[in-house]
Amino acid sequence: MSVYLLKRVFLLIPLMLGITLITFTVIHLAPGEPVEMQMAMNPKVGKDARDRLTKFYGLDRPLHEQYFGWVANLSRLDLGRSFSSDSRPVLDKIKERLPVTISLNFIALLLEFGLAIPIGVLAATRRDTLFDKGITFFVFIGFAVPTFWLALLLMYFFGVRLGWLPISGLHSLGSDTWGTVRYLTDMAKHLIMPVLVASFGSLAGMSRYMRSAMLNVIGQDYMVTARAKGLSERTVIWKHGLRNALLPLITLLGFSIPGLIGGSVIFETIYAIPGMGQLFYQAVMSRDYPVVMGVLVIGAFLTLSGNLIADVCYAFADPRIRQGKG
Amino acid sequence: MGRLSRSYTLAVFWPRLMRNRLAVAGGSVVLALFVVSLCASFLSPFNPSSIHAYSVLSPPSWHHWCGTDELGRDVLSRLLYGSRVSLKVGFVAVGIAVTIGTVVGLVSGYYGGLVDAVLMRLVDVMLCFPAFFLILAIITFLEPSIWYIMMVIGLTGWMGVARLVRAETLSIREMDYILAARCIGCSNLRIIFRHILPNAMAPVLVSASLGIAGAILTESALSFLGIGVQPPTPSWGNILASGKDFIEFAWWLSLFPGLAILITVLSYNLLGEGIRDALDPRIKR
Repeated sequence: MSVYLLKRVFLLIPLMLGITLITFTVIHLAPGEPVEMQMAMNPKVGKDARDRLTKFYGLDRPLHEQYFGWVANLSRLDLGRSFSSDSRPVLDKIKERLPVTISLNFIALLLEFGLAIPIGVLAATRRDTLFDKGITFFVFIGFAVPTFWLALLLMYFFGVRLGWLPISGLHSLGSDTWGTVRYLTDMAKHLIMPVLVASFGSLAGMSRYMRSAMLNVIGQDYMVTARAKGLSERTVIWKHGLRNALLPLITLLGFSIPGLIGGSVIFETIYAIPGMGQLFYQAVMSRDYPVVMGVLVIGAFLTLSGNLIADVCYAFADPRIRQGKG
Repeated sequence: MGRLSRSYTLAVFWPRLMRNRLAVAGGSVVLALFVVSLCASFLSPFNPSSIHAYSVLSPPSWHHWCGTDELGRDVLSRLLYGSRVSLKVGFVAVGIAVTIGTVVGLVSGYYGGLVDAVLMRLVDVMLCFPAFFLILAIITFLEPSIWYIMMVIGLTGWMGVARLVRAETLSIREMDYILAARCIGCSNLRIIFRHILPNAMAPVLVSASLGIAGAILTESALSFLGIGVQPPTPSWGNILASGKDFIEFAWWLSLFPGLAILITVLSYNLLGEGIRDALDPRIKR
């Protein structure tokens, strides 16, 4: 087990280097200078001021020097300063945005699991019935609905038409002076639509995955054994079956992280939620190179660690691997 | 899975696909969309870019079936022309992704060793990035153009195909006919492209069909955010973007383009799943 862990951690190093290399290449191969964006705001700036800025950001040095400098800083968790007018450290900017995106996605994930697991199991045990076909139909629709369209429709219906839910931000104006209960209900109301939108797309995939995992398990010998020794159908399915069918879901969880982070751009810009997605969108639109690179690298590192954690959890959850050679 | 030889296609694959009603429905819609985008100029009741100041944001009626937008342009006509963008993006982006993925997978699986290790680590690294972040980062630094969009979607979407083709290649490489080909002195390139490639293509067909659906979704999301297809060229995503601005008074601007995307993506997915089932010998119908 510990050998396995060590091997996995050791393998992270080339992957992390690869991530930094691709991030750097992508950003620096792109045409257009970041300094130009600042110049465009102020036409009076002359050539020497422009050169000074270029020098200030180190953009006049050769590319490989810039790369190694950046990676060296990165290893000290120094992501540089934002090009925007506040020029705050990139890490601070990401630090205040990341919890919003992570907690929103976490709530969405809980909702997904809460729905996808029973849906998948029921569809598998009632294979080829009307219920199963209905679920399959819903899954296909779920795969095909553009998230931003769903977000718009919900916004129109519950926000504009019915006026039940607030359509942007995380808090109402002046909510910081309210009591705790009122403050939290206000926030919950703001979260309903974004969470629904965030979970909808993956709900379809997750329940389909759960269904096929359960179908695989149902045909196994130990299920027959469990029935043969007289256990009730409920125990057989929900205890013996489900626990084995849940295993592959752990891996899926690790793989779904990049999709979750990437998807946050859409609903965070639509619902004006101050998370990573919105930060990235704004940074990209204003060519704020350090922030763009910082978010890309952090996003990819998060995925990497998510995959690692999923693999380790898998090994721990499955006694065959835990006690085996691993 | 296996080779899509002519006799196999006619005798096994095609009848199986035809028996799957959902796949046939999806395939028909896909065909219909081809016709629509080819004949958009005949089918459209109006010129998609002619502006009418007197009929701005008018709701659906007999005259304008899907209403008009903020410049008085007919939404139905814009939707019909918009299908061209979706079709182009879907096919070109997936074409690029499939080409890169197939070559990487073939080379990686056939040569193995260091080449394989390096290429597969590259795949691992690429898969770590949230794809939409990577696409956004590249797109915004380029001039807005539909060709760049297709290229970027293709360049960030080949990893799945590469893994698939590599797995196929690994098993085909050990077949006797490859040994036979090597015995009669075939070059590596010939073995890869004449003997392995045709036999590894069947599963790629499935992921291509699903990939087209994904590319259409990505393009519409980009256009929705204002960094994809630029107005006045109509695309389903940028019609939705103006739908967002006028959502309080004009629901039709949001509803119809979204439905168009939904139905198109659904059809490609159904077709792809149908092909997968028809190719899978374990599923008997």
